[in-house]
This record gives sequence, structure tokens and C-alpha cells, in this order.
Amino acid sequence: MRGIDITVERGEVFGLLGPNGAGKTTTVEILDGYRTRTGGEVSVLGEDPAERSLALRRRIGIVLQSGGIYSHITPREALRHWASFYPHPRDVEEVLDLAGLQEKADERSRRLSGGQLRRLDFALALVGDPELIFLDEPTTGFDPEARRAAWATVRSLRALGKTILLTTHYLEEAQALADRVAIVKDGRVLAIGPPRELMAHPPGGAAHYRIAYRDGDGELIERETDDPTTLLHELTAEALAGGRRLEELSVGRPTLEDVYLELTADADADAPAAPREGESRREASRA
Amino acid sequence: MPETSIGTVEGPGLPAFGRLRHPLALTWRQYRLERRMFWRNPSAAFFNFALPLLFLAGAGAALSGNQHQLDRLVPMIAGMSVMSTTFTALAYNIVFLRERGVLKRIRGTPLPTISYFGGVAANAVTNTVLQIAIIVLAGRAFFGIGWPLHWGALVVFVVVGVVCFAALGVAFAHAIPNFESTAAYVNAVFLPVVAISFYVFDSSSAPGFVRTIAEALPLKPLIDGLSGAMVALPSAAQAGAGLGSHLDALAVIALWGAFGLYFAVRGFSWEASRT
Repeated sequence: MRGIDITVERGEVFGLLGPNGAGKTTTVEILDGYRTRTGGEVSVLGEDPAERSLALRRRIGIVLQSGGIYSHITPREALRHWASFYPHPRDVEEVLDLAGLQEKADERSRRLSGGQLRRLDFALALVGDPELIFLDEPTTGFDPEARRAAWATVRSLRALGKTILLTTHYLEEAQALADRVAIVKDGRVLAIGPPRELMAHPPGGAAHYRIAYRDGDGELIERETDDPTTLLHELTAEALAGGRRLEELSVGRPTLEDVYLELTADADADAPAAPREGESRREASRA
Repeated sequence: MPETSIGTVEGPGLPAFGRLRHPLALTWRQYRLERRMFWRNPSAAFFNFALPLLFLAGAGAALSGNQHQLDRLVPMIAGMSVMSTTFTALAYNIVFLRERGVLKRIRGTPLPTISYFGGVAANAVTNTVLQIAIIVLAGRAFFGIGWPLHWGALVVFVVVGVVCFAALGVAFAHAIPNFESTAAYVNAVFLPVVAISFYVFDSSSAPGFVRTIAEALPLKPLIDGLSGAMVALPSAAQAGAGLGSHLDALAVIALWGAFGLYFAVRGFSWEASRT
């Protein structure tokens, strides 16, 4: 970690986006109290997570990347047990419904599929009715349907006013869920902002509109521009004057993926330069 | 839809009005969960109960008629049971839960550490008590061994033995790198300790240095203590002794217990190492 300076507002879904090994899990594990930081300031709901106070743990929910469960426990039993740790737990049956586990509620966990276990992870993190939820790669290994279901759960949590810190390496996930994202690589923040804004105004002027069409020979032409209006006008004017058609004409907006790929590629290029040591400050959900 | 009744009346399924969770109440809940998980795992139940009993039955049948030998056998099996229900069971459990990420998940919840370990330890103690009770009853029913002579001494030795071997089991779990090698690690300790302790306890002709090693390990002193508490032995050294004549044995076990507790707490690791 070189220095990540983030403030997550109450009630927002914040996405930490980056390739494997970027420092996402390290950041989350410092925030949820699993690791102690080597420097900088961290405040989670007004407390220092390194102190691991019971009061703070009652207010957060954690979905780990690698959290196991007893082989012989059923989801309903696990949720009841977990609920007993918290002062104001949610109703266990309601959480089973929310996680889509009602049908498997009395099945031993060793007989659950990977996706069902992941849903149990979700359910266990939610049953204490936390204010702040850490989701570390919550949908890795999900099929598209399960992913959509998980997204719906995250959205419903957001609607309940929960604050969510999400890490993911799926760009569409960050784009679909996060109010704001931070793109991290090698322990640094490369860009931060709402996905829409990052796409509209990419940091460093990267990522352009992309206009594609087939020319008279049937060859696919792709052109990038910051000013699609002008380029499109020129192209169509030329085509009209020449009596040609622009087959398969399309205008592509820069996606988060474009921004991400350009930024992380740039970061690779200047990786040896300017290693920023020292000040690193992370904050989550300032009260 | 089948409803398994596992919650209590105040179970979390009912509306909650800011219930304050006392660590003792959470210890009790954790204990009940550990009990339920224990009985659902047939192989663990087998190792804990069936194995020492089979041992007792086999050796008992072989020694049938020789009351002197049977009197020595029962405390040996009892001592071994204390070690297997605590040291072996806890080392297995802790490594399994650590490698599977269960410990890490629990650490992220507001379950107090003391409640978690309280529940885990109480579970091990329950198994030990059940085991000793079965051995006492089986010894009386099948091998003509009377009720323990010194109940107080029996309780003291079982309690101190449980604390000692439970702490050593948790401490030893740190040394085991992954679940696949647990059996090898545990048996590399368990089997030699049992063998040397049984040999020295049973044979008066054991070489001096072997005797010294066995006396310095915690199992032989525990068997001495249990023997004094459970049965009347004719030999002068071990005759009808309650607590008083086994204070040195108690001291050895307590020292191992202190050593185990120190390393159990100090090096405890909640997650699998990242390799």
C-alpha cells in the first residue's frame, strides 16, 4: 500500500475497483479490523478499527472473500446463532428470504453449492442489521443470474440507507452498483468519482468516444475522438457527398472499462516513478 | 416446511428490543452450537468416545481375571481419554476452523473472544467428563472395579488435566501448517506420549532415563493422579493415594498447563497463513 485517501459518505455505495493484487482486500481488511495499518489515519463510523471494539463490530457487517462456515450447520441455525451476537438483529426468516435461501434453510452447509454459500455469506453479514457493510468481491464465481440477484440485494440495502464498501474486479458491477468508485492499482488511487463522471471526463483525457463503421471495401474502421459531433458530421457529410453508405455505423461512449484499462496501463508505464510513501489516509463512512 | 427448533424462547427470531448480550449468555449459546456440531460429525464422535472404549474393551478382555492389571488399565485409559478429548480434538478443530476461514469470520462479529473460547472449552470439558463417566461405569460393570476412592482428587486431576491438555492442543495448532497434515502432527505427539507414559506407568523395570522423560511429560503424572483417585493399588508407591501424595504430579501438569496457556494465547492465529 502506498497511500489511499478515500472518504465514503454515509448511505453511499462505494466501489474499490482494481486488478488482482491492487490492494483492494488489504484496504478493506484494514477498515474492517483484520489487519493493522503501518501508517496513516483510519476512521470507521468515527472509530479506529484497529481497536476492534465490540461496539464497532456490532455496527458493521463483513462479507469476506474467504470466510468459511461449520460443515454441519444449516443456514437457519447459522443465522440464528449470528443474530444472537447483535443488539438489534434482523428477523432471520426475512434475511433468508432476502438472500434467497428459504428453500435451503435447513440443509447442512456442506451440501450447499458455491453460489448458495456465497448467499449465506451475504445473509450472515446482514443479519446483525449493520450500518456499514464491507463486501469483498461479493459476486466472484457467480453465474449471471446469481450476480443479478446479488446486485438487487445490494440495491435494496442501499435503499435502506446502508453504507456499502464494495471491492470488485468486475467493471460492470462497479458501474451498475456504485455511487462512486476509486480505481486502485499498486496500492494507489488512480481515479475517483462517480462512474458516469469518470466516463464523461476521464482523468488525464484518456478514453474517447469511438465511432465505427464499414467502408466501401467492407473493412471495419474505428476512430476515436473527444468531439463525436464534429467527427460524425464530417463522416456523414463525406459519405453523402460520395453517395456511399456508412454500414454498421455506431458511436460508442467510453465505458468504465476503457477508463480503467487506460488508467491501469498508464500506471504500469510510470510505475517505477514517484513511489509515494508516507501519508496514507483512509476513511469510511464519517458520521 | 420443517421447523427445526434450535432457538430458545428469547431466540433472535422474536422481535428484539435492544437486548444486551451478556458474554456469559453468548458463551452458553456458543457451547450449545459446539455440542450440536460435535454430534453431527460422526467421525469426531467416534474418535472421542468409541476409540478409547474399544481400547478398554480389547485390553480388558485380554486381561480378564487379572484384577491387578485391570486396576492399572482403567486409569491409563482415563488419562488417554483426557488427552484425546482435549489435546487431539482441539488441535484438529482449531486447524480445521482456521483453514476453512470460520475463525476469521467469527472474529469479524461482535461475539466476544472469551465467549467463543469459553464455548469451545466447555465443549471439550463435556466430552472429557462424559468419557471419564463412561470409563468409570464400564470399569465397574465389566471389570469389577469399584467406584472411585477419592472423588475430590478425581475432579481435581480431571480439571487440571483438561486445562493443561486443552491449552496444549490450542498451542500446538499453531505449529500445524494446514489441515491435511493435522493427523500426522497430532499423532507424532499423541502416540509417543501415550506409549512412553503407558510403558513407564505399567512397568517397574523401565530404564531410568525413559522414566525421567515420562515423569516430565504431563500424561504419566495425570495417570498417576487418576490412578490414586480411582483405584486402590497395592504397591507402596501408589497405594490408595488421594490428592496429598500426588502434589508433585499435579505440579508437573500445572506447569505444562501454564506453558500451554501462554503459547495458546500468545501465538493464536485467526486465519490461515497466506502462502
